[in-house]
Amino acid sequence: MPKITSAAELEALRKEIASKRDPDTPSIAVCAGAGCLGQGNDRVIRAFEEEIKKQSLAEKVALRATGCHGFCDRGPNVVIYPDEICYMEVTPEDVPEIVQETVLGKKVVDRLIYTDPGTEEKAAHLSDVPFYKKQVRNLIGANTRIDPQSLEDYLAIDGYAALSKALFEMGPEEVLEEIKKANLRGRGGGGFPAGLKWETARNAPGEEKYVIVNGHEGEPGAFMDRALFTGNPHCVLEGLIIGAYAIGSHQGFIYTRHDSPQLIQNIETALAKAREYGLLGDDILGSGFDFDVEVHFDVGIFVSGESSALMRSIEGKNPEPRPKYIRTSVSGIWNRPSNLNNVETWANVAQIINRGADWYAGIGTDRSKGTKLLSLSGAIRNTGVVEVPFGTTLREIVYDIGGGIRDGKKLKAVHFGGPMGGSVPERFLDTPLDFDEMSKIGAPIGAGGMLVLDEDTNMVELTRFYLNFLTNESCGKCVPCREGIRQMLKIVTRIRQGEGRSGDIELLEEIAEVMGAASLCSLGKTAADPLKGTLRYFRDEYEANIAE
Amino acid sequence: MSEILLQIDGKEVKATEGMTVLEAAQQAGIDIPTLCHHEKLEPYGGCRMCTVEVETRGRMKTVAACLYPVEPDLVVRTRSELVDKIRKMILELLMAHAPDSEKLQELAQEYGADRNRFGKESSFCILCGLCVRYCAEVKKKHAIGFINRGGNREIAFIPEIAAKECWNCKECFPLCPTSYLQAAYVLTEALSFPAVASKSPAEK
Repeated sequence: MPKITSAAELEALRKEIASKRDPDTPSIAVCAGAGCLGQGNDRVIRAFEEEIKKQSLAEKVALRATGCHGFCDRGPNVVIYPDEICYMEVTPEDVPEIVQETVLGKKVVDRLIYTDPGTEEKAAHLSDVPFYKKQVRNLIGANTRIDPQSLEDYLAIDGYAALSKALFEMGPEEVLEEIKKANLRGRGGGGFPAGLKWETARNAPGEEKYVIVNGHEGEPGAFMDRALFTGNPHCVLEGLIIGAYAIGSHQGFIYTRHDSPQLIQNIETALAKAREYGLLGDDILGSGFDFDVEVHFDVGIFVSGESSALMRSIEGKNPEPRPKYIRTSVSGIWNRPSNLNNVETWANVAQIINRGADWYAGIGTDRSKGTKLLSLSGAIRNTGVVEVPFGTTLREIVYDIGGGIRDGKKLKAVHFGGPMGGSVPERFLDTPLDFDEMSKIGAPIGAGGMLVLDEDTNMVELTRFYLNFLTNESCGKCVPCREGIRQMLKIVTRIRQGEGRSGDIELLEEIAEVMGAASLCSLGKTAADPLKGTLRYFRDEYEANIAE
Repeated sequence: MSEILLQIDGKEVKATEGMTVLEAAQQAGIDIPTLCHHEKLEPYGGCRMCTVEVETRGRMKTVAACLYPVEPDLVVRTRSELVDKIRKMILELLMAHAPDSEKLQELAQEYGADRNRFGKESSFCILCGLCVRYCAEVKKKHAIGFINRGGNREIAFIPEIAAKECWNCKECFPLCPTSYLQAAYVLTEALSFPAVASKSPAEK
């Protein structure tokens, strides 16, 4: 494929791809996300390949191994287009019947569709399944429609139209203004306005500037970023190139997981394809804008997802955080302006440019715009990757999408943000998903790991679990974090064992205060948050285990 | 370099751009305690003993004085209820490891720290990193480094380098606030130095 050298050529290629595709051609999307693969979906994919070969259907049927569909709990998942028939818990033995009945016969195989465990109601189409129904899948929705390794598939769903628009119809300042106007807030944890961060990097002195995708996603219970990045790598890449254009950067870095071969393969393929088509490299689409990307892998430790530690890691040093008295957007990698955003933040960029800031700002709440990906897990019926507009209440997520608590148990608490997050009890279920509202009640959204806890959960044990995780994952450089976590873990462990001492709670609170005020990086500053949250709402569980 | 005026403990202090709050304070004769700071080494920000309160653009925050750059009109408080509480706790946390360190005992007196507040830990090292950084930054030998992370972090000599470089240097020894470094060296020497390499050329 010769490089595309103009916006017109890109559109011509898009038309050519569309002309070769009949929307009525049956297309089978088999989820090859990490969850479904773990449940044996590679065998389902092979069974489809064999069946298609056996019946000589290669010309008449499209088969795609796609990224994560979302409903991990019911995997292996398969969706058959054009009717969007959604099959769950599919085995290789089901495949001949699916091909015969649904792909060729346009009939639904009843036993493979979703049946509500409560009402026995069935749903054949993806959009009718309760888990998907209340979601707004602006980002993850594309996963079922594309092969992550196919640039053509991405172009067929309007991929790189936003990049073309940015490069040829907008100046860098206009792109920046659009992102600011959309009020896109960082999805990595802090919720900091991405536009302001971009502007700081753009205005920072220095010729050489960097843009970075943080795809580390190290917290236990978070799996939405890799679902999105593995399933739709071009979407993240397109956002990154647009961001680089707005900021004035010519070098990007992707920092992601070393332990996910499929993710690595899809990213490498996406970069190679993008270079081949002239979407990456010198003179992108003939616009004169040069930009390329290097991929770096984490070294298997949690703290390397912290932005300053991540930048040290890219420099080839130990991933130890450094104080951000000067922001990384001014002085980051090799002390040059470095704009870091998380996978999901970058993935939002293309749709904002395509459909405009006004459209985007129409989704969500007053101060939290757009949709948010969540990793829904814990004592809930429907675990998986969920995407909802900001403003959706926790109750809707738990009951309408999540299907309620497993085994007829009662909900006790919802925990957000993993080891540096917080838990809130049942009475807060009507809180809307919103950066500021959630922070106010003590469960900041963080990156979007949402853990649902039932009545059997011991909140002291939950805190102990997170402290134990952090004592191994702190870098160990600064005293309040390293020693504070060590002592908190000891105290919480003895309380958990029913051997708490009078004064323990006050001591925990004092350590937490010192860690929050004096630690070097955000890991240490927030490591006591699960403790503070459980002391705020579930103090009686601590007190019950302390001898008077 | 332009001159910057700031206020430390109510006193007008002159500093130059690029200086840290700690340097500005030291120059003005104002004492801020440190454990991991050394004038020959890059600021580290590990011990957090130099934590001070700063007020900038109407907001108060706690920062490490050894790293925080001076800025015009910055208001610094080197002692406050919060600062003292932080320093006291840091000392107590470290005295779980090195209760007899002279340096820690001196500071413990000043801040009313209780050396027995936390149960004793088996390591005597407070991980200030003075030895590691001195060897890397001044001697450029990297004979000693950190291994592991979090609660498991410790210092360790790299036997292959230490066997060659340490016998006539040992400049890091007086920097150690706990003497754990010396113990670690003797242990490394005993366990893993080749019989010949550890001796001075004269002894061979």
